[in-house]
Amino acid sequence: MSGVSTATVEELTEASAPSRFWNRERRLGAALVIIGVIAAAFFGSLAPSETARFTLSENAEGAALSINGQLGAILFGVITVAAGAALLAGVAKRWQTTLLVLGIVTFVFSFLCWQVAGKFLPLVDTLSGSLELALPLILGALAGVLGERSGVVNVAIEGQFLMGAFGAALVGTLATSVWAGLISAVVGGVIIAALLAVLAIRFLVDQVVVGIVLNLLALGVTGFLYERLMQPDAIKYNSPPRLPEWRIPGLADIPVIGPVLFETNLLVWLALILVFVIHFGLTRTRWGLRTRAVGEHPTAADTVGIRVRGLRYLNVLMGGVVAGIGGAYFTLVATGAFNKNLTAGAGFIALAALIFGRWTPFGALGAALFFGFAQKLANYLGAVGSPVPNQFLNMLPYIATIVAVAGLVGRVRAPAADGVPYVKS
Amino acid sequence: MAGRRFQFLVRTPQRSRSQEIPLRLELRGITKRFGDLVANDRIDITVEPGEVHALLGENGAGKSTLMNQLYGLLQPDEGEILVDGEKKVFRSPRDAISAGIGMVHQHFMLVPVFTVAENIALGAEEVRGGPLGWLDRRRNKRDVLETSKRYGLPVDPDALIENLPVGAQQRVEIVKALTRDVDLLILDEPTAVLTPQETDELLAVMRSLAETGKSIVFITHKLREVKAIADKITVIRRGRTVGTASPDTSEEELAELMVGRDVSLEVTKTPSDPGREVLKVSGLIVEDDRGVRAVDGVDLVVRSGEVLGIAGVQGNGQTELVEAIMGLRPSRAGTVELEEKNLAGRTTKQVLGAGVGYVPEDRSLDGVIKDFTVAENLVLDLYDRAPFGNRVSLNPKAIADSARERVERFDIRTSSPQSTVGTLSGGNQQKVVVAREMSRPLKLLIASQPTRGVDVGSIEFIHNQIIHERDIGTAVLVVSSELDEVVGLADRIAVMYRGRILAVVSPDMPREEIGLLMAGITSPAQEAEESE
Repeated sequence: MSGVSTATVEELTEASAPSRFWNRERRLGAALVIIGVIAAAFFGSLAPSETARFTLSENAEGAALSINGQLGAILFGVITVAAGAALLAGVAKRWQTTLLVLGIVTFVFSFLCWQVAGKFLPLVDTLSGSLELALPLILGALAGVLGERSGVVNVAIEGQFLMGAFGAALVGTLATSVWAGLISAVVGGVIIAALLAVLAIRFLVDQVVVGIVLNLLALGVTGFLYERLMQPDAIKYNSPPRLPEWRIPGLADIPVIGPVLFETNLLVWLALILVFVIHFGLTRTRWGLRTRAVGEHPTAADTVGIRVRGLRYLNVLMGGVVAGIGGAYFTLVATGAFNKNLTAGAGFIALAALIFGRWTPFGALGAALFFGFAQKLANYLGAVGSPVPNQFLNMLPYIATIVAVAGLVGRVRAPAADGVPYVKS
Repeated sequence: MAGRRFQFLVRTPQRSRSQEIPLRLELRGITKRFGDLVANDRIDITVEPGEVHALLGENGAGKSTLMNQLYGLLQPDEGEILVDGEKKVFRSPRDAISAGIGMVHQHFMLVPVFTVAENIALGAEEVRGGPLGWLDRRRNKRDVLETSKRYGLPVDPDALIENLPVGAQQRVEIVKALTRDVDLLILDEPTAVLTPQETDELLAVMRSLAETGKSIVFITHKLREVKAIADKITVIRRGRTVGTASPDTSEEELAELMVGRDVSLEVTKTPSDPGREVLKVSGLIVEDDRGVRAVDGVDLVVRSGEVLGIAGVQGNGQTELVEAIMGLRPSRAGTVELEEKNLAGRTTKQVLGAGVGYVPEDRSLDGVIKDFTVAENLVLDLYDRAPFGNRVSLNPKAIADSARERVERFDIRTSSPQSTVGTLSGGNQQKVVVAREMSRPLKLLIASQPTRGVDVGSIEFIHNQIIHERDIGTAVLVVSSELDEVVGLADRIAVMYRGRILAVVSPDMPREEIGLLMAGITSPAQEAEESE
């Protein structure tokens, strides 16, 4: 008998070898080689042979990293190809992520060399702008992580943003307190979350449908109140105080990173702390283990005495808190006033970041930063009159999500019971 | 150093129920209704401490419903549960666990992407850091290993459940219950997914648990196992206790109690008269959903007028083999020929059109559409052809007429052909599938687990239909994990193990030898043949 089974095992490995050749790393490597070639040839030939300056300050003056645009575009493209080729050739596992990041970063720089040749790009401004644009995406995606890891799909992030933004503007103005504004943003987010939770968990309505309906509800309610209340008397109802920027002495003086991370508003820190808290919460605590169990196999959780629905309520409501804070960003940080459909689809990009980040807090953070950077770059290209339409960059989050969901970069796997209501048999 | 270790081993709350005092369980007049259906009708059972109590009954007799009430997953409509003489109400499994009752479910309650230790800890986690509930992985793991060692049930705490074979998963389930210090363990159909040898191991484990003072409730419909292990047997039929028996009772008597009349488990049939080769499978290789080779070079031939039965424990590639033949799953290599025409690359619809009838193994998933009526389900294969319809529209009258006729002919017990299939019993749903698939002229009939979850009366009917199909010259391929069924129906038996046909044997071969084959153990003679 043992003879038979050994033979089977050996043949198994042998037979599966061809399909294992195109593993995730090799596919990514091949993709990097292709985009690297495009970068070197296409960006390189289009780039004018002028100096591209990446300045450390906010304007054209001061210290800067400079390179000839054409040379830079080709050089960085070649590095991308090299990184891809190394992945294709097969390297030790610990180098794979480094190479992947290197490949993507150099591709971006190749593109930038082409675009910036003859001009300048303020690095600090770009980074802090990216982080700020990513901020609501991080919070929104974290709200998604909380709900979906416990098995409740949250398509209503957009609605939670809107309610949060509206609540923050209205109450912040009336109370002339930014903190009151922040708290009512949380309340706004939780209201939508509570509706989502009750309809999805108690009444078993299709969760995607509920999410869309709640988005439309939030859009309608805030739009109506905006027109009837805020627009006629903006001073009285729609001029909330802004969240102050805090500067941590010492740390803020570190070049580049200092001004980006340590001279900023409270929400940036809060978002980054939440990423860590939720990550360790999910992986290291009893709450996290139970949350994941409920999201993967609710019946199993039930049979060991875990209250499946209770935990789902808790998580969806916590998600509402986080998304509400994300909503506050729009009125208390970004614009300083509410406007109809102020969030303009940011909730859906947050949803994309959640999926692209594979339902993990750090994945969501990375995806949100990536999307924030793309958005910031789009703004920059629009400002300098680039030949590349900035709509292309605005599409990036959606394209990246389609690529991710299609499984082109490894398997994206949602929690097994995500979106499936739990009914006791 | 050892002293310090032992301090950590003293756990407080869970061990408080003294582990060596056995538990006495009494169920009195338990009644549970689902709509009109009375699933449990005034059931009385007493389980004495340290006893292995077998709950014997057919599929659908109400055994699982009863145990789900005992485990707090369902609430009884009437009746009471007494533990050590004290009345208890179990609103959730949590209550049952704290009363000392554990359960190993028929479908394992394990999170596939968690490790063994995580699954065992879930719901009873060792934590430190107070309200934060920081998991103490080391202590969790140690608890697992301790229990595993104490009861002689080897498990690897760091293995992922999805990578474990079913036998190992079942051990994890048992360890999971035992770490909760249960004194009464319910095992719901634990042997359904095991090989005969694994079953023997499990029975030994049950015996040794009973010796340490645990009470065990063992749910099954397999008479042999009951006789081998039980101290007391309660037989349930159609939701009622029809009697208690001692293990000395003969199998025939038990079977009679279980099904309520003298049943012959044998299928009556004439010797087969095999003709030309209808289905020829050669060198077939198929992968499962995870990309693992599930069918590993299968050759088989089914001739007209014979039944080829495939025996084997579930999960040895039978599902993938059938799906590949039906065009439901791509094959990696090999050929499938129907009367010398290659079926490779054909869609399932084309395969059906070529004269193949298919009774899928999962009735509710692939066999019927529960929200459609019986009549609609009966024309799922031919709805776009005359007389039932054309490419644009359906012909309701032809569909209704045919349904009425077939409901009659196949003895489908339904209030009307216009009732939705979901309202029918399992056996009648299966008859709908059989009626549909056997109404076309067939060259080949593939029946996968044709009587799973089907009552005895319907089993007999379906078996007779299959034999009838054989007698009119159809080639029949029957796949079943019930050895009795394969032996009863087949003219030749192919034993499948790990994606291969280990041997093709006669149904007259002793059952024990087929059982060994199912466990992958070939006889010495055959082994010698293979090594040459």
